[in-house]
Amino acid sequence: MTDPLLIWSYLASQPLLWLCATLFAYWAGDAIFRGVGRKPWANPVMIATVFLGLLLWLTGTDYESYFNGAQFVHFMLGPATVCLAVPLYSNLRALRRAALPIFAALLAGSFTAIVTTLAIAKALGADHELLATLAPKSATAPVAIGISEALGGQPTLTAALVILTGIIGAITVTPMLNALGFRDWRARGFAVGVAAHGIGTARAFQVHEQAGAFASIGMGMNAVLTAIIAPWVLSFFG
Amino acid sequence: MVGALAIILLFQLVGEILSRGMALPLPGPVLGMVFMLIGMVVSVRLRDLVRPTAQGLLAHLSLLFVPAGVGVVAHVPTLAAHGLAFVVSLVVSTCLAIVVGAAVFAAVAKMTERVPHD
Repeated sequence: MTDPLLIWSYLASQPLLWLCATLFAYWAGDAIFRGVGRKPWANPVMIATVFLGLLLWLTGTDYESYFNGAQFVHFMLGPATVCLAVPLYSNLRALRRAALPIFAALLAGSFTAIVTTLAIAKALGADHELLATLAPKSATAPVAIGISEALGGQPTLTAALVILTGIIGAITVTPMLNALGFRDWRARGFAVGVAAHGIGTARAFQVHEQAGAFASIGMGMNAVLTAIIAPWVLSFFG
Repeated sequence: MVGALAIILLFQLVGEILSRGMALPLPGPVLGMVFMLIGMVVSVRLRDLVRPTAQGLLAHLSLLFVPAGVGVVAHVPTLAAHGLAFVVSLVVSTCLAIVVGAAVFAAVAKMTERVPHD
C-alpha cells in the first residue's frame, strides 16, 4: 500500500480535495438550515465557512491551497450575477412602478451604511487606514476592494469585512424587520440588497422571489453609489 | 444548457471588457446583468434560452459565497486585534442601514402609490 503521506501530498496539490470539501460543507450547512426550519441564524454560508475554517486549521492548510480547489465554485459568482437578470425581468413592472421608493431607499440606506460604520469605528479608536478599509463594506466585494485600495485601506481585509457584513445582514434582516412590522417584500428585499450585497440577496431569495429581485437591484445600485460617495464621506472623518 | 451557459459567460465577458476598458465603477458581472436584462426585454428567444440555467444557478446562490467566506479565516488575527471596533461597527451599521432603507422605501411607497394595486 502507498504511504498515506504520499496520497495526502498528492491531494493537497490538486483542486479535487478542497472542491469536494466546499460542496460537502455547504451541503451540510444547507441540511442544518433546512433541519432547523430555515431559521435565519442557521445561515448555510456561515455554517459551511466555520466547518471549512476548522478543517483548514486542523490540517494546517493555508488559504491559497484551499482556494486552488474552491476557485471553481467562486468563479460561478460572475455568471450567477449575470443570471440575476432573470428574476429582475420577471419583476420589471413592479421595479418600474417603485422607481421613487427605490431611489430614496438607496440614498438613505447607502449613506446610513457608510456614515454609521465610520462614526462607530472612529469612536472606538480606528485609524485612517482602518476607516478606509471599512467604508465600502456594504458594496459587493469586487467594488468594495477597488474602493478600499483607492482610499488607502487594506483590500484583502475589506474583502473579509464585506463577507462578514453580508452574513450579519442575512442573519438579522428577517427577525429585525418582522419585529418592526415591515410587510412590503419590495422594501425588505431592497434594504438588505443595499446593506448586505450578494449574501443578503441570496437570503432574500430564500424568503421571497420578489424580495430577491429587489435585493439584486439594491446590490447593483449600491455598488455604483458607494464608489461615488465613500471617498467623499470618508473625507469628513479625517 | 451549453448554449445558455455560453451566452451567460459572453454577457459577463462583454461586461468585464467594458468595465475594465472604460474604468467604470461597476464590476463586469453587474454590467453583464444589466445587458442581459436589456437583452431579455428585447428578445423572447434569449429569455427562454437562459431561464432554466439561470434558475439552476440561482437556486444555490449562497454556495458561491463560501470560498470567499473561508477567506475571513485568514484575517482572524487582524480581526481579533481590532475586534471591538470591527464587530460593533459592522453589526450596528448593517442593522441600521437595513432598517433605514426599508423604512424609507415603505414611507416613499406609501406617499407615491396612492392608486390601488392591480
